[in-house]
Amino acid sequence: MRPLALAVLFAIGFVAPAFADEPTVNIDLKDHQFVPSEVPVPAGVKVKLLVKNDQTMTAEFESNSLHREKIVEPGNTITVYVGPLDPGSYEFFDDFHNATRGHLIAK
Amino acid sequence: MLPTAIIVFREVLEAALIVGIVMAASRGALGRGLWVSGGIAAGVLGACMVALFAATIAAAAEGMGQELFDAAILFAAVCMLGWHNIWMSSHGRELAANAMKLGNEVRSGARPLWALAFVVALAVLREGSEIVLFLYGIALGGNGGPVAMAIGGVIGLALGVAAGTTIYWGLVAIPMRLLFTVTSWLVLLLAAGLASQGAAFLMQANLLPPLGSNLWDTSWLLSDQGLAGRVLHTLVGYTAQPAGIQLVFYVVTLLVIGGLMRLVGHGERVRAGHPRPRPAVNPAE
Repeated sequence: MRPLALAVLFAIGFVAPAFADEPTVNIDLKDHQFVPSEVPVPAGVKVKLLVKNDQTMTAEFESNSLHREKIVEPGNTITVYVGPLDPGSYEFFDDFHNATRGHLIAK
Repeated sequence: MLPTAIIVFREVLEAALIVGIVMAASRGALGRGLWVSGGIAAGVLGACMVALFAATIAAAAEGMGQELFDAAILFAAVCMLGWHNIWMSSHGRELAANAMKLGNEVRSGARPLWALAFVVALAVLREGSEIVLFLYGIALGGNGGPVAMAIGGVIGLALGVAAGTTIYWGLVAIPMRLLFTVTSWLVLLLAAGLASQGAAFLMQANLLPPLGSNLWDTSWLLSDQGLAGRVLHTLVGYTAQPAGIQLVFYVVTLLVIGGLMRLVGHGERVRAGHPRPRPAVNPAE
C-alpha cells in the first residue's frame, strides 16, 4: 500500500507544477447564470478556469465536449483545466440546473 | 419539487441499473440479498460521509481531489466486476447446471458475492453523495420548502428503483442456462463503460492525455443528457463525444477481462474433459 501511496503522491507532485503559468479565467455562478456566459479563452494552450458558486444551491459544472464534470458547493471555487483547445465554441452547463448554460469561445 | 425529483431520479437510476444487473448476475446464490442490501447500506453511509467531507476531498491533491476520488471508485468497481466475471467463467457452467439443487453453493466454492456487494456500495456511494450535496443545497436555499423537497426526493427514488427492478425482472425472465451468459456480457460492458468514465476523470486531473479530444459526435443521434442516452451511458458506457483515451480504456478493459474469462473458461473445459466448447444443453433434459 505504501509504495502505491508514494507513487500517487509522486504523480501528483509531478503533474501539479506543469499547471503553474496557465492563463486563468474566472466564471461565476449567480442566480442560475454563468457570468460571463460567453467566455473568451486563448486556443492552443492549457487554460485554468476558476468556477465560483455564488448561489445557495450546489452546482455541477459540466461539459460534454470538454469532458469535464465537477461539483461546486455553495460559496466554493473549483479549478478546472481545459485545453489546449482548437478554435471554436464549447458548451458547458450546470448539471443540477440544466437551463444554466454558457460557452467557452476559443480563439 | 419537480427539479428535485428529476435530479434524484437521474442519480438513483444509475445506481439502480447497476444493482439490477448485479442481482440478476447473482441469481441463485445463497445470501445474495444480504450481501446486496449490505452493499446498499454501506453505500448510503459512505455517500453521507463523502458529502460531509466534500470540500476536503475537493481541495486535496492541488484541487484535483474530486477527480482522483471518482477515478479511484470507478476503477475499483471495474476490478470487482472483472473479478466476478472471471470467477463466473470458471464456475458458471456448474452453477447454471445445478442452480436448483440445494447446497450447490458449498460445493462450487465461495462465490465472490463480496465483489458484487462492493460494486453496489461504490455505485450507491458515488451517485448518493451527489444526491446528498444537491439536496443539501436545496435545503439551504429554501427552494420550495422541505415538504416539496421530500416529496420530490421520494418520487425520484421510487422511479429510479422501479427502473432497476424492471431491468432485474427483464433479466431473470431469461432461461437459467442463458442467464449467466447474458449477465456476463452486461457486466463486461458495464466494466468497460466505468473504465472509460474513470479515464475521463484522470484526463480531467491532467494525469492522462486526451489522445484526440472528440473522436466523434453522435449527440445529434442520441444525446448524453436524454433518458435513453443516460441509461446507455450507465449500461454500456455510451458517450456522444468520446475522447481517444476513453476508447482506449474501454477496449483494453473489454480485452483484458474478456481474455481472462476465455482463458479460465477454457481451462475449466479441459479439466472437465471437454476441450472444445459444447453446445448449450438444457440441464432439464
